[in-house]
Amino acid sequence: MKMSQNTPDKDDDQTSTNKKSLSLPTSRVRLIMKSSPDVSCINHDALFLTTKATELFVQHLAVSSYTNRAGKETKSLSYSDLANTAEENDTFQFLTDILPKKILAGDYLKSLAQLQEDEDNADF
Amino acid sequence: MAEKPEDLNLPNAVITRIIKEALPDGVNVSKEARRAISQAASVFVLYATSCANNFAMKAKRKTLNAGDVLSAMEEMEFERFMEPLREALEVYKKGQKGKKEVSEQKRKDREKKTDSENDKSREEEEEEEERMDEEPEAENEAEEEDVEN
Repeated sequence: MKMSQNTPDKDDDQTSTNKKSLSLPTSRVRLIMKSSPDVSCINHDALFLTTKATELFVQHLAVSSYTNRAGKETKSLSYSDLANTAEENDTFQFLTDILPKKILAGDYLKSLAQLQEDEDNADF
Repeated sequence: MAEKPEDLNLPNAVITRIIKEALPDGVNVSKEARRAISQAASVFVLYATSCANNFAMKAKRKTLNAGDVLSAMEEMEFERFMEPLREALEVYKKGQKGKKEVSEQKRKDREKKTDSENDKSREEEEEEEERMDEEPEAENEAEEEDVEN
């Protein structure tokens, strides 16, 4: 009935958006950080920033891979799109170990055979 | 402490939600791709932590602080994250420290005054922000002690 009833609601909204400024749980991020043997203490701000950075990273990786995807006609994101991005984008280079490109066993055997042949030829 | 390797994974539901919100509507993200992004995120945390820790060690500090994390982002060539991170930290700090004071003050202000005077309370908020910026390093150090474990 009065304006004054609206304002406390607005306040509540603001505090709830503050709480929701992070989507990922800081407890889990802290656990991952602490799994590194050299790390002893992490202050609140550093934990907050790392969690936020991880969220930004997930967005950035997803968007970069989607923009860079092979099948532009389809609205889908596949593993190979991610592996390609890891390989081609310098800032994602550190991911190549955990995002290896998949190749067919047949192609792998062929490239092994090719290597073998080259070595044999070199012997002569 | 991490007892199971799964403990070092980030929650799938949250990762999926972040991916969905980042991409246009109706994009299908394969299960394999979601898993890969989640693992990449865990590796990102470790990489960032290790970089940040190097900065802390160089400064002979045992506790990682916000500056170390920001320096790590620069080193990792994720400068694009630095500005949004600074802004988010500002909001976070405001929420943490000023939560009670600011909201109580606002409520009192609003009870007394009418909506037309909202501009004034906005000015007060800005003052609050400035005061936080000037906050001395020493106080941060004291806070760190509490945070261990």
